[in-house]
Amino acid sequence: MSSEATGTIAELVRALRSKELSSVELTRALLARIDSAQGRLNAFVTVDAAGALLQATAADAALAKGNAAPLTGVPIAHKDVIMTAGLRTTCGSRMLANFTAPYDAHVVTGLRDAGTVLVGKTNMDEFAMGSSSETSWFGPVRNPWNTDYVPGGSSGGSAAAVAARLVPGATGTDTGGSIRQPASLTGICGLKPTYGVCSRYGLVAFASSLDTPGVFARTAEDCGLLLNAMAGHDARDSTSLDRPREDYTRDLGKPLAGLRIGMPAEYFGDGVDADVAAAIEAALAQFRKLGATTVAIALPTVKLSVPVYYVIAPAEASSNLSRFDGVRYGHRAERYTDLLDMYKKTRAEGFGAEVKRRILVGTYVLSHGYYDAYYLKAQQVRRLIADDFARAYEQCDVIMGPTAPSAAFKVGDKADDPVQMYLNDIFTVAGNLTGAPGISIPCGFDRRGLPIGVLIQGHYFAEAKLLNVAHQFQLATDWHQRAPAEVSE
Amino acid sequence: MALTLADVHRIAHLARIDIDAEAAADVHRKLEAIFGLINELLAVDTTGIEPMAHAQDVALPLREDAVTEADQHALFQSVAPAVEDGLYLVPRVIE
Repeated sequence: MSSEATGTIAELVRALRSKELSSVELTRALLARIDSAQGRLNAFVTVDAAGALLQATAADAALAKGNAAPLTGVPIAHKDVIMTAGLRTTCGSRMLANFTAPYDAHVVTGLRDAGTVLVGKTNMDEFAMGSSSETSWFGPVRNPWNTDYVPGGSSGGSAAAVAARLVPGATGTDTGGSIRQPASLTGICGLKPTYGVCSRYGLVAFASSLDTPGVFARTAEDCGLLLNAMAGHDARDSTSLDRPREDYTRDLGKPLAGLRIGMPAEYFGDGVDADVAAAIEAALAQFRKLGATTVAIALPTVKLSVPVYYVIAPAEASSNLSRFDGVRYGHRAERYTDLLDMYKKTRAEGFGAEVKRRILVGTYVLSHGYYDAYYLKAQQVRRLIADDFARAYEQCDVIMGPTAPSAAFKVGDKADDPVQMYLNDIFTVAGNLTGAPGISIPCGFDRRGLPIGVLIQGHYFAEAKLLNVAHQFQLATDWHQRAPAEVSE
Repeated sequence: MALTLADVHRIAHLARIDIDAEAAADVHRKLEAIFGLINELLAVDTTGIEPMAHAQDVALPLREDAVTEADQHALFQSVAPAVEDGLYLVPRVIE
C-alpha cells in the first residue's frame, strides 16, 4: 500500500482508474505519511484530514460511475498563499494566522474541477518573501534529504512535501524563483509557467507584475498534467491572458534531435559551486547524447536581475501589503492609542522582520525624490534584460544552467544576511522579470548528498517544449526517481 | 544616495510600521547592505529605454459596465477584527 501510494500522478491516475487503489485508501495512506513527517519537516501549516477523506469518497464514487475527471482522486496540497474557501490561508504570517478566505483561487477551482483531493496547505516563507522557508510564523520547513538544511523557498513546504512523497504534486507561487529554487534544493521538478498563463485571482499578492502560480511534482509529465488543470483565461485577473487552451503534455515523446541549447556564460562563472557546475556539465552532456546541440550565448545584463528585482518586488509589495492594517481582516494589535497607532502596532506585530524590511525598501524607492532614480531605472533595466533574452532566443530554443549557485544551505546560515539570501535567486529572478517560463529538474547531488537542479528556460509560451525537454532527460536518467532516505518504501 | 537612520524612521512612518530605536539601527544596517546591491543599477546607461512595467505588452481588457458581483458583505466582513451594523469599526478619529 505505502509504495503504491507514493507513485507519480500519472501512475496514481492509472491505478485509480483500474481500481487497484481507491482514492480513500490512497488519501488515508498519504495522510498517515504527512502525520509522521510533520514533526521532522514542518511542511504543512494546515492538514484537512476530514475534508480530504470526504473529497476522496466523492472521487471514488465518480470513478465507480465512470465519470471521472483527468485527475480524479489524486491528493495534492496548495501553498498557503493560495486562497481556499473555508480552509485557513495564513501566508506563513502572524498577520493572517487565523484568516479563512471567503473564496477559492482560480487555480484551486481548476484543480478541484479536475478531480484532485486537497489534503492541506503548505508552509512557506512569510508572504512568499524568502529563499529558505525559514521565516514562517509557523517555524522553518526542513529539507527531507537532510533536516539540518533548508528546502529552499519560498514554496519550501510544497517542495518538501513532494520530495518526501507526502503528496505526488503541489502548487506553488514563483515571484523570484520560489518554485524553481526549492524544487532544485529538494530534488524534484518545479515549473513556473509564462506570466499570465495561470490566473493570479485568489493569490495573496506579493509583487503583482511578477507573481506566477505554478506546480511541483516528481516528473515533467506530472507537471504537465497539473498545469493542464490550472491554466486558462480568467476575467477576474486583468493580466490573465486570453489564449486558446493547450494540452501541455502534447509534445511529450518528441525526439530532441536538433534542439539548440543556449549556455549563457553568465550562468557558468565564478560563484557557482564546483559540484553544481559538474552536475550541470553532465546534464548538458546527456542532452547532447539525446541529439541536442549547445551554443554559447551572452546575457550581459542578467547580472543586474537581482538589483532590479529588489527594487520592483519590494515596491509592489509595499503597495500590496498596505491592505493589512487591522481593519478588514487579519491581526489587530490589542493595545493602541489612536487609529494611526493601531495601524503601526498592528503591522509591527503582524509582520516578521524580512517582510518589514521589504516594505521599507519598497516605500523608500517609491517615495518622493527617489521614484525616478530607483523605480523607473529598475523598470528600464528590466527592459534591457528582457531584450537580452529575446536576442538569445534567435540563436537557441532553450537556455540551460544551474537553478541555484549551490545545493541547500544549513538552517540559520543566511537567516541574518539578507543580501546573501537574495543572491540565491541569481539565476531564477530574470525569468520573473521577463515573464518567460522555466522548469528546474533534478540532475545530480553534491558532496554532501544534497540534490542539484538544472534550470531549463524557454521563450514565452514554451511550456510544452520545456516539459518535453525535461521528459526526454527523465526517460534517459533516474535522478528524478531518487528519494530521500526517510522515504521508506 | 546614502540612506540615513532618519530615513529609516521616516519610511517606517510612511509604511505605518512602529519601530523602536534598537530595531531601527538593525534595519538601517541591513537596508544599507540591500541598497549596496540595488545601487549597481545607478551606473547603467538607460537613456531612451522604455520602462517595462509588465511581462506582456497587452492592453488592459475592458468589459461591459454591468453589475457582475453579488452583495457578499456579510461573508467578507465575517473575517474582520471588529464589525457593527455592516461597518468596520476603528478607533475614534474625530472627538
